[in-house]
Amino acid sequence: MSGERGVASFRSIALAVAWRSVHNFFTNPAFFVPAIVFPLFFFTAFAGGLSAVGNVPGFDFPSGYTAFQFVFVLLQSAAFGGVFTGFGIARDFESGFARRYLLAASDRRGIVAGYALAALVRTLATWTVLTTVALVAGMEVGGEGVELVALYGLAVFVNLAAMLWAAGVAMRVRSIQGGPFMQFPVFLILFLAPVYVPLSLLSGWIHAVASVNPVTALLESGRGFISGEPTTVALAFAVAVTLPVLFGLWARGGLRRAEAAG
Amino acid sequence: MTTKGGIEVERLVREFKNGPRAVDGIDLEVAAGEIYGFLGPNGAGKSTTVLMLTTLLPPTAGTARVAGYDIVREGPRVRASIGAALQEAALDPLLSGEEHMRLQTALHGLPKTEREERGRELLARVGLSEAADRKVGGYSGGMKRRLDLALALVHRPSILFLDEPTTGLDIQSRTALWEEVARLAAEEGVTVFLTTQYLEEADALAERVGIIDHGRIVAEGTPAELKADIGRPTVEAVPHNPAERERLAAVLERFGPRAGTSPRGAAARLERGEAQLAEVVRALDSEGIAIEHLQLHAPSLDDVFLAKTGRSLEGSGDPEPAAGEQEAVGAA
Amino acid sequence: MSSGLRTQVGQLARRSVLRTMRQPAQIVPALVFPLFLLAVNSGGLKSATNIPGFPTDSYLTFALAVPFMQGALFSVMNAGTDLARDIETGFLNRLALTPLRGAALLSGLLAGAVVLGLVQALTYLTVGLVAGAELVTGLGGALVIVALSVSITVAFGTIGLFAALRTGSGEAVQSLFPVFFVFLFISAMALPLELLQTPWFHTVASVNPVTYLLEAFRSLLFEGWEPEKLALGFGIAAAVLAAGMLAASTALKTRLVRT
Repeated sequence: MSGERGVASFRSIALAVAWRSVHNFFTNPAFFVPAIVFPLFFFTAFAGGLSAVGNVPGFDFPSGYTAFQFVFVLLQSAAFGGVFTGFGIARDFESGFARRYLLAASDRRGIVAGYALAALVRTLATWTVLTTVALVAGMEVGGEGVELVALYGLAVFVNLAAMLWAAGVAMRVRSIQGGPFMQFPVFLILFLAPVYVPLSLLSGWIHAVASVNPVTALLESGRGFISGEPTTVALAFAVAVTLPVLFGLWARGGLRRAEAAG
Repeated sequence: MTTKGGIEVERLVREFKNGPRAVDGIDLEVAAGEIYGFLGPNGAGKSTTVLMLTTLLPPTAGTARVAGYDIVREGPRVRASIGAALQEAALDPLLSGEEHMRLQTALHGLPKTEREERGRELLARVGLSEAADRKVGGYSGGMKRRLDLALALVHRPSILFLDEPTTGLDIQSRTALWEEVARLAAEEGVTVFLTTQYLEEADALAERVGIIDHGRIVAEGTPAELKADIGRPTVEAVPHNPAERERLAAVLERFGPRAGTSPRGAAARLERGEAQLAEVVRALDSEGIAIEHLQLHAPSLDDVFLAKTGRSLEGSGDPEPAAGEQEAVGAA
Repeated sequence: MSSGLRTQVGQLARRSVLRTMRQPAQIVPALVFPLFLLAVNSGGLKSATNIPGFPTDSYLTFALAVPFMQGALFSVMNAGTDLARDIETGFLNRLALTPLRGAALLSGLLAGAVVLGLVQALTYLTVGLVAGAELVTGLGGALVIVALSVSITVAFGTIGLFAALRTGSGEAVQSLFPVFFVFLFISAMALPLELLQTPWFHTVASVNPVTYLLEAFRSLLFEGWEPEKLALGFGIAAAVLAAGMLAASTALKTRLVRT
């Protein structure tokens, strides 16, 4: 009986927290408009403005530059979808609303799970619009169903990892002043990867950094999925699974700090 | 005719779009050197009145002369004659007290040779000499208010407008500010127009009080005159036995209407004043009601407000439209 | 300028500069963020110089023009949020009660933008040259780059002032950031105009003034003295400054509604 009550508490808390976050997101244009518009904007700017980069000697991506950039923007939107959920957590702590959750929840891990669920739902909305626009714009898709599922699966892990990172910061700082600390490292790690050209066309220090950047494996693998030529799949999923585990520990530490602070 | 230090207001109105009239045709006169208290709940129109009289908001209708100058046609001259400490302390957290003084003295055109000394003098007067080189962001609320007052005095104005100057301050800071305001009026002859929602502030400082509610002046006079007009003190009694509270209330109501709420007892306004107190005691005694506590309250400005508006001053406010957030209707 | 007006401008300029220098949160991102993007983009797009028709062998030199424009974006935000804070706290009312003239207020407020613009320009140029960027026009060109950068920073600062006066809100000013960001992106920021292949993108970039500001900087960096491009760059900065000041002055009259 008590075991069943424990499971239900986690789930019901998670769903309640997620509901509020998702509801506020969709009913507040100041939140959902930028979340939809910015990825679209980056996609058009990168794919449209940099399409000539596809003519660089040695650039032989089978599905064309649009698809090449689509994968980056997909992962970028996944990451920032997670970060912006972290902003929401920070706001909740700053306003005192988070205390309401801490008081009510018997299993407080459900709170973090709820925020994670909300981050995913919000990002799914972005991906729906982004994918539609990309297909209408004529993006070539070489991958089959399973490969495309794998692509979006990678993006889900990225979303979760970023959200847990941001949640850990938010619960430690408990103020929107923590925003730059949530955002900047994610920005850094995304852009120190093969954003504009494949790894093989990078040189110098950026090649060295990108070679050890875990995001590179995710990007290259994602691009492989969309073009129908999977590559570095095992490494990519190892990274994709490890990052949320690591940041999950980080978030748990943040939750403990928040609990201790009252 | 308004003297150099006086204020004269005639049928002053301020309307905002999508809202009621914030100021609905007020008339008042303040003599030079007087401390005039403008009392009313939140949203009554106090701050809007101050903004008009300090030329920061044009009236919709009516006229006013401040220090002998028309507030609409002679704005710059009005501003040269007045100092104002408005509702927000309006300070720059990144500047020190000294730097604020330097800026204010320069903007008011004080000669360079005079600026530093005037700044030092005013900071000393408000007790901020030691904190003068610290950034205002680190000042307490009381310190900010004192700096605000000092900045308002930089150019030796003949009239000082203070808009709720002690809101949010502790007792000590409030008392210190009151003392300085009283000194300014008494020793330097500065006219003070003070808005407040605190009864004790109006009582302590103001020589005359105007009570404003929903944009209209509902009463005006010295605090003593206004209270005497109401004229009826309140008796409050607390029974030893809480179960006798209703019986106690019934006895008191033989002498006047029930007044306000007493947490453990009852209160009534005495129709014939203090003289009835002995009768009240005899009546309670004859009913066999043992009394734990008995007190006579003289009428307060809240009683005056209650008599004039049917509401108590405390807790009766509406949010006042912030001047910057509203659009005018037919500005003058 | 009368001595009274000079004093007013001087005092407000002093305050503006002090405030800017005392807010590292304004200065550091304005310096670090553009330089970070320069490093990332010049590394990531190095191979773009192999595209037939690319005008220089050094993508770093090509990209060095961009931080100057990003710095201008920060100027919009900083000038705007500072003034918005003055409005929100009531400090503008305090200034309104003095004999202060509107022109003095605006000019004084821009002093902080001038200082920040100068610091930015010197920093970007120094870092770029140390990292190996070309400067074919030499010391003279460097001075012109700094002058152009300061002009653009001040010009864009007036837009921030207008936004603050119009809305009275720091949040509203901050919400302009994405709008200007878009302007910057849909230009010849990453590739020269002639290599923008996507038709709509090319069309928009052709009419975007940011493209011509970037071309002015680039002409000094790797093309040589190009009077037409410089005239266009300075002309655009002057036009933005004039339009921004006019808009800000009009908004100031409404905001500072004293009689």
